[in-house]
Amino acid sequence: MSDIDLVTPTAESGFADVTASPTGVTLNRSFDEGSVVRPAIAAVDRLVLTAADGTELVHGVSLAVRPGEALGVVGESGSGKTLTCRALLGILPSGVSVTGGSVRVDGREFTTASERDWRSVRGTRIGAVFQDPASYLNPAIPVGAQLAETLRVTAEVPRTKAKQRARELLDDLGIRRVDLVLRQRVAELSGGMLQRVLIAMALAANPAVLIADEATTALDVTVQAELLELLARLRRERGLALILVSHDLAVVAQVCERVLVFRDGRVVEGGATSRVLRAPGHPYTRSLLSAHAAYGLERFLR
Amino acid sequence: MTLLELKDLSVDYGRVRVLAGLSLSLRAGQVVGVVGESGSGKTTLAKAVLRTVESTAGQVLVDGRDITRLRGAALRRWRRSGAVQYVFQDPLRSLDPGVRIADSIAEGLRIAHVPAAIARERVDAAVQAVGLDADLLPRLPSGLSGGQRQRAAIARALVVEPRLLVLDEPVSALDAASRDKVVQALIALRRGRGEQLGMLVISHDIGSLAAMSDRLVVLHRGRIVEDGLTQQVVAKPQHPYTRRLIQSVPVIDIRLPNRPAPLARS
Repeated sequence: MSDIDLVTPTAESGFADVTASPTGVTLNRSFDEGSVVRPAIAAVDRLVLTAADGTELVHGVSLAVRPGEALGVVGESGSGKTLTCRALLGILPSGVSVTGGSVRVDGREFTTASERDWRSVRGTRIGAVFQDPASYLNPAIPVGAQLAETLRVTAEVPRTKAKQRARELLDDLGIRRVDLVLRQRVAELSGGMLQRVLIAMALAANPAVLIADEATTALDVTVQAELLELLARLRRERGLALILVSHDLAVVAQVCERVLVFRDGRVVEGGATSRVLRAPGHPYTRSLLSAHAAYGLERFLR
Repeated sequence: MTLLELKDLSVDYGRVRVLAGLSLSLRAGQVVGVVGESGSGKTTLAKAVLRTVESTAGQVLVDGRDITRLRGAALRRWRRSGAVQYVFQDPLRSLDPGVRIADSIAEGLRIAHVPAAIARERVDAAVQAVGLDADLLPRLPSGLSGGQRQRAAIARALVVEPRLLVLDEPVSALDAASRDKVVQALIALRRGRGEQLGMLVISHDIGSLAAMSDRLVVLHRGRIVEDGLTQQVVAKPQHPYTRRLIQSVPVIDIRLPNRPAPLARS
């Protein structure tokens, strides 16, 4: 199979806006009208995940992310959105295994990849940040030293240059007083600042896609807005692709041009964000939109 | 009439000024929302109204009486009157896990030696006011969903017929469907109890506050930067911080065309 077209549109994937061109190259018109779509960086196709006791948790989910695109994944806790992302990173919780479908990275089969194989792409092709940044850092060590270590291990930056590179990375993310932040420990930094440090670590080895799984959920709304703007800027400037996972449809709508709606381990709806918002096809998507209508601020602003 | 009035209230924790000269008033029958981010002083404000922190300066008047001056027996008497009741973010903190819901709700009445027949009526009225299914009453808190628990905690606060209900992040720990039920219960409660009850609702979530409050107070770094009718504060924010706060709330605008994705640099 060529590495151009890796994902065939399937009913489950809900790629309603994806059409096949006569040349056999898949075009996603909602994403990039008229140009040839690059191969997916990471994809799962009809993925089935099963717990150790035999309970099926994810029932045939398809998802693909291509260079530079922002894909939104919406759903409540337990809908399978985080498990699917963990399958893309090769970090499924113990006991959970792939019992159907496939996982591919850069077109290569990763469904049964070894930890060694995963280590060659984790961080370098696919980075990730999660909800609670403090739990990924050692509270006793300054964050700068931890960032420098990540740079040495993932990006193979020489020890002598790691500190300088850490400074540049944080500087790139728009952090002021970088030298102070590098010396500080977890307890001295705000949630928003810790999440920026985690994003810097995730981007240390310059991955093509960043998975942000509820990465702004625990933050104040103004800090959330700053981080979403940062992600949008990284996309613009580096062509970083994003998988933005959130229970909040509005957050996803701000950033992503394509969205998948998860419910009970399935993708119940997917396609161009504007289409999903304008004409939601599934009752669950409609309920998300009506909840937003009740608690969003739009009704005051019209 | 004015139920709660803060006059130039300041609270210090050691050398840190947490609340700096707050003034606000809340009339009976009104729902006032206080919005602010972490560290803005929201919870300290709630504690000052409950008299669980000492204020450094200023007054907290409940029904015209300055509660910051209360000491010893007078403070205990005021607390026991139940004039101000508090609802926590996490209902598991206000409901004893080993006590059935019905008994938890009635506890305040038992302490006040309210006769059993009246107590039963009040519990029924409070349970109805928050829209809780009576079938749930014999259960333990673990047998209820998060939203049901929070409504039970609100019912528990209501049975003693408070003048003022202080709710600190009442829906923040709940999923969307449960949040909706609690907000609807609070809106119905306000309609049902009319002039008898005032509510001070504190939250970082301006959306759910806007859905239930008459007035919005914006707290930023221990100061009130804006105080006005909910509609006006959201539609025409005056203070730069309020503007930033409102602009930060994600909106869904279906009129927007799909934003084109930038081409990846290679």
